[in-house]
Amino acid sequence: MSLIQEIDRGTPPAKADRTVTLTIDSFAVTVPEGTSVMRAAMDAGVEVPKLCSTDSLQAFGSCRLCLVEIAGRAGTPASCTTPVADGMVVSTQTELLKKLRRGVMELYISDHPLDCLTCAANGDCELQDMAGAVGLREVRYGYAGANHLDDARDETNPYFTYDPAKCIVCSRCVRACEEVQGTFALTIDGRGFASRVAAGMDQPFLESECVSCGACVQACPTATLMEKSVIDIGQAEHSAVTTCGYCGVGCSFKAEMRGTEVVRMVPFKDGKANRGHSCVKGRFAWGYATHPDRILKPMIRDRITDPWREVNWDEAIGRVASEFRRIQQQYGRGAIGGVTSSRCTNEETFLVQKLVRAGFGNNNVDTCARVCHSPTGYGLKTTFGTSAGTQDFDSVEDADVIMVIGANPTDGHPVFASRMKRRLRAGARLIVVDPRRIDLVRTPHVEAAYHVQLQPGTNVAVLTALAHVIVTEGLINETYVRERCEAADFDAWAAFVAEERNSPEAVARISGVPADVLRGAARLYATGGNAAIYYGLGVTEHSQGTTAVMAIANLAMATGNIGRPGVGVNPLRGQNNVQGSCDMGSFPHELPGYRHVSDDATRAVFEQLWGVALDSEPGLRIPNMLDEAIAGTFKGVYIQGEDIVQSDPDTQHVVDGFKAMECVVVQDLFLNETANFAHVFLPGSSFLEKDGTFTNAERRINRVRRLVPPAAGLADWEVTVALADAMGVPMHYEHPSQIMDEIARTTPTFAGVSFDKLDRLGSLQWPCNDTAPTGTPVMHRDGFVRGRGRFVITEYVPTDERTGPRFPLLLTSGRILSQYNVGAQTRRTANSVWHDEDVLEIHPHDAEQRGVRDGDWVRLASRVGATTLRARVTDRVAPGVVYTTFHHPLTQTNVVTTQYSDWATNCPEYKVTAVQVAPSNGPSDWQMEYRDMAESQSHVAHPVDAAE
Amino acid sequence: MSPDKLVYMANQIGRFFAHEGEARAVADIADHLVKFWEPRMRAAIQAHLAAGGAGLDPWVRQAVASLKPVVPRE
Repeated sequence: MSLIQEIDRGTPPAKADRTVTLTIDSFAVTVPEGTSVMRAAMDAGVEVPKLCSTDSLQAFGSCRLCLVEIAGRAGTPASCTTPVADGMVVSTQTELLKKLRRGVMELYISDHPLDCLTCAANGDCELQDMAGAVGLREVRYGYAGANHLDDARDETNPYFTYDPAKCIVCSRCVRACEEVQGTFALTIDGRGFASRVAAGMDQPFLESECVSCGACVQACPTATLMEKSVIDIGQAEHSAVTTCGYCGVGCSFKAEMRGTEVVRMVPFKDGKANRGHSCVKGRFAWGYATHPDRILKPMIRDRITDPWREVNWDEAIGRVASEFRRIQQQYGRGAIGGVTSSRCTNEETFLVQKLVRAGFGNNNVDTCARVCHSPTGYGLKTTFGTSAGTQDFDSVEDADVIMVIGANPTDGHPVFASRMKRRLRAGARLIVVDPRRIDLVRTPHVEAAYHVQLQPGTNVAVLTALAHVIVTEGLINETYVRERCEAADFDAWAAFVAEERNSPEAVARISGVPADVLRGAARLYATGGNAAIYYGLGVTEHSQGTTAVMAIANLAMATGNIGRPGVGVNPLRGQNNVQGSCDMGSFPHELPGYRHVSDDATRAVFEQLWGVALDSEPGLRIPNMLDEAIAGTFKGVYIQGEDIVQSDPDTQHVVDGFKAMECVVVQDLFLNETANFAHVFLPGSSFLEKDGTFTNAERRINRVRRLVPPAAGLADWEVTVALADAMGVPMHYEHPSQIMDEIARTTPTFAGVSFDKLDRLGSLQWPCNDTAPTGTPVMHRDGFVRGRGRFVITEYVPTDERTGPRFPLLLTSGRILSQYNVGAQTRRTANSVWHDEDVLEIHPHDAEQRGVRDGDWVRLASRVGATTLRARVTDRVAPGVVYTTFHHPLTQTNVVTTQYSDWATNCPEYKVTAVQVAPSNGPSDWQMEYRDMAESQSHVAHPVDAAE
Repeated sequence: MSPDKLVYMANQIGRFFAHEGEARAVADIADHLVKFWEPRMRAAIQAHLAAGGAGLDPWVRQAVASLKPVVPRE
């Protein structure tokens, strides 16, 4: 294996259809009109020296190294900023050019330290390369004059350093921050010789608004901005392309290695989800994989109050198998179940559901999508015919209007947010529907045309009001609806939404959104050109989550915004493989490919292959499992990679459920909160330790590649295979590729997927089959998967979670850029420097009324529980609304959330909890007790302890 | 699972389908229960109906009544 070297063509590709032909150094080359001479030269096989240009950024023309001569033109233009022309004759190497380039390099090097041998960029430095390329042999100016060689280094960022002594002021970092990331945190401070890169208002990087995406580090041609891991370890010697294990964007990275040590993760330019960009999590926060907290040996115990006892794999697996069989004999076949993980691969989730269905003999399998996007599955399947988003991420580049509903992409899906912001800076209009003023509402060079700042819990009313405007003001795309949708359903829906009670004026009283804002947003969405909707858990995590998804689908169909690039309905998936875990049959009512368990023909496919009869009845969902545990009919569960205690609502109820079980098996990297109530712990493997695939929010199947051996000896899929063997349902796989082959054999939408094809093409978007052998970037192009699109009536039903005198505020929750979900991974990285505790955002008016100041401890209480955390006073939230995250176990935000859930899917109503906030002295007694309990849980009785 | 919770969940489903009119709503509520509720949940709400069905909305009550008896499992 060698280090993957990506070719830098100097400037971005031109998109023109028309081509021009020119001659470069006697080579004829034909390129799209608008291509730079530099890029055309690369196409012709000629590499023009360069420093300030790179193909991820627009040409800048500052370094004066890429000069060329063009026949018939005066001077020596920069090839990066000079577009090609028909018949142009270019020379890239002449005596004049050689002399000029050497002169330029001399000036650069006269103010650059000559410490190449000890420099972290040694072997990966463009300045060094260019000095060689131009034949620099001397620096006539010496080093005695004014210079920057003693400028102080900024090491405040935990992941990279800024060493101004090595800066050549090419502005690549500044431009990457602007063009690629869209944060505009960097600038060139000063003029002339005093010009220096500065973060924020000339602040240390850590104190500036830099979001540590790494785009500047990647763009830097020298060691000025350098990963600390490279400084510590040295240059990598081999690499492989793999997929990030964090959010649903599914970024491709080159994992650059030295032996079995990760040197750095570099976003892969050919990655079709991220197009060479990254965020602070994927780029830098992978250190958890080698964190000392990782559990590397299986452990068992008889009671959850006992200390853990380390055992070998055979004993642990044997304990699970014997306990599960005992429970089934004692309490019935349906007394056990499994939970798949959206952090594990497709192959691993497929195996867990197979184990449950074929081994446990029931359909009690569920996944964490239960608590996030299960309403998306139901809603989009009902309206469009399939449970997935309609577009690829590239589609956003063709959008004219972007409506973001209940999502916070700059925090939750930052790499896609950067692509979205780029399109918005280029002129697309933005509508944000969110109770909170998320960053997108107003961020550098982006401002929402409408911020629909609705009261939590009123999504359906607001979406139906938007539809009211579209119907009553004649903004329906009648041709589209007539040709593509069910006529009777449309007529009934149109009549419903047109009712006066659904008008913006009526809904304003419910939602708090002025009628003119609703009308303006509806008109813009319907008439602004290609209109795309991106939504998140602010839509789904409500008692009417599924209804809201269908209301969104209604809007898109009514305006003809489905079936081509630039439009669509796009759920932004939370975890890296939420889409995949759902695709793989993780829901208790569906076999892989979203086919209901009652469908005889589908069951027959699996029964024939697996050699067992399958249950035709739906199984228990996660909340149902917990309820049945308390009721005494559900006694054992195998949980792969999910922390239900921290992530699911009403923690006390969840804990009661687990305490009522007789065999809880947790497979994870760390002793998570759920493991506090487990009887068997099976060590998990990180994304660096196994082969497989993840499927991202755009249905893109990406390869995960094993870079290091499993730290605990087995990859997650091998653990499930061992468990299946022990339970008498042997699985014969030697490699995850064989599991994917089985998925392809049994699941029509994956029929054309294989590891071989993925290795050849990079990635595939399902459906991938004979009809679409290279996948399907945009769905429903010629018709909906279900035939005709189905409009659904979306009656607004207020949640039963109501504010009142005791609980007058509404709590909504979300996540932050630097942390990820329950924080098990990111809390074990330096990301905690940005967010080391959950805080409660509260409006100044509400804070004033309660005597709460910024930074004070406050007690957050609901009808089901209370916790304490610090307050942040901010007008980002509206009066009457408070907001927090759920990344830290000491906060236990879900102690206060309730069991109210979506009518169709039981997806919890995290986004609406009536609460009261009051000053507090610090963490509550309950929190301290919980912390003590959790700490005691980490005690492991090693064999020597046990002997004593 | 507690009857109160099952009744609450069933009535939630009923409210979504309420706009369809009695016949179609009752059928769709029943269909939803069959497709998404595990048999012991269906059995429990059937038992609750047999015990009087307190709290069930009228069309939900009809839907539950229309369900086939759940076959006991080993």
